[in-house]
Amino acid sequence: MNIDFTHKMAAHCENGTTANLLNFHGIKLSEPLVFGIGAGCFFSYTPFIRVNNLPVISFRHWPGVIFRRTTSGLGVQVETMKFSSPAKSMDELDKLIEKGIPVGLLVGVFNLPYFPPEYRFHFNAHNLVVIGKQNDLYYISDPVMENIETLNGKELQRVRFAKGTYPPKGRMYWIRETPQTVDIEKAISVGIKKNCSYMLRIPVPLFGVKGIRYIAGRLKNWDSRFGDYNAALRLGQFIRMLEEIGTGGAGFRFIYAAFLQEAATILNKPELKVLSSEMTGIGDRWRNFAAMAAKNLRNRGVPATPYPHLSHLLLQIADQEEKLFRNLDGIFK
Amino acid sequence: MNILYLLLIKEIPKVFLDLSQFLKLISVMNIKEVPQDNAGFLKEGKVRDVCYAVDDEGNYTRVLSVGWDPKNEAIRQAWEQVGQKAEKIRQKVLSGKLSPLAFHMVKGLMSKSLLAQYTGYSRWKIRKHMKPSVFNTLSDEQLGKYAEALNIPVEILKKI
Repeated sequence: MNIDFTHKMAAHCENGTTANLLNFHGIKLSEPLVFGIGAGCFFSYTPFIRVNNLPVISFRHWPGVIFRRTTSGLGVQVETMKFSSPAKSMDELDKLIEKGIPVGLLVGVFNLPYFPPEYRFHFNAHNLVVIGKQNDLYYISDPVMENIETLNGKELQRVRFAKGTYPPKGRMYWIRETPQTVDIEKAISVGIKKNCSYMLRIPVPLFGVKGIRYIAGRLKNWDSRFGDYNAALRLGQFIRMLEEIGTGGAGFRFIYAAFLQEAATILNKPELKVLSSEMTGIGDRWRNFAAMAAKNLRNRGVPATPYPHLSHLLLQIADQEEKLFRNLDGIFK
Repeated sequence: MNILYLLLIKEIPKVFLDLSQFLKLISVMNIKEVPQDNAGFLKEGKVRDVCYAVDDEGNYTRVLSVGWDPKNEAIRQAWEQVGQKAEKIRQKVLSGKLSPLAFHMVKGLMSKSLLAQYTGYSRWKIRKHMKPSVFNTLSDEQLGKYAEALNIPVEILKKI
């Protein structure tokens, strides 16, 4: 059984699977639109959650959030499932594929054979869509890859039941029903409002703009607290989260700017275009931060850029982002 | 990448800049174009990342990028750290202080707790299995569990 499914690459895996699944069901949205409606632009610093023994710094929400928010914003009905039994999870997947429904899966990347070896860490928040099965071979539309890939049953089961931080537990999701007409304009403004609220109004200092300020305060003393080498490891993790994990550049800031630009045309609000170019400016700032921070990674971490300087740069970024999201919030009041 | 930007990167003196100079440097840094720094990562350029960038008219477009130096540097650093750790453990295995399991655990980027989740053994038991004297008494079934978790054959697990 092979489903006629249009595979389109995307910067970020979850946007990609969501956009491709919606496209299959007749709702054509670009990746930035999916990201914006899903209110995906975020910042969080969670020192109590660790990946590779280093605290998680994230520019996105938990996996699954963008899919859930985008579909509910558009009034699309979805179903999700998670399993404790691997055998049962594969049976359920087979049944859906047999019916001709493409199914999104949450997987760990470490054992994905087609993934570049350099990217394979124990990172359990990758998304892909299964679009067909022949004998024991599953056809995979992975938004990060340029072509359709294949996995055999054993490999697929292994990645679906990866262990570690946030285990996927065979999670799968698919679209059950789409409405006759979709109110994209409303979905966009709701998405933007939500996004502003997550960036500005979470009353915990680890999330949103407050999170950036918090990590700026901590980062100032990293070298004296952990020593040059370990401080550099933390910075390395920061840069990887900012650039590597499918962010489309600068921790999703460029995608969000692209979204604001599209939203300006759809909602006919030229002021969003101005904010879009401001967002691009913020993205450039994040890139500057990455470039300056990366200099500290060589020489066993002997700092070439002093940590207080990097901290100051982060504070500036936080101020800019706060201003932008306050303005954005004002427009949609 | 912008040539001006490259020059600026090289210009940075060994002595620390003071904050005002640093901010001045940042304000002229300009990374407008999508960086294409291939470091042999991403299957020698076979896999490319989608990046979003502004074109000449100010509209956002999608561009495929093969990499960017700071990012490549961060990935390189992460793998270098794994390599160093593995080498240290390898020496310990060779001198008979640890069992090959310890080496393969580090090679598979695992920790004891992650291995415990995959195999169902307790962390305490795994720590015992790291001793060569205990490791040598393990049955094929027990070794099989580790091999399954680490995704390697049992024969490889037994040696380094």
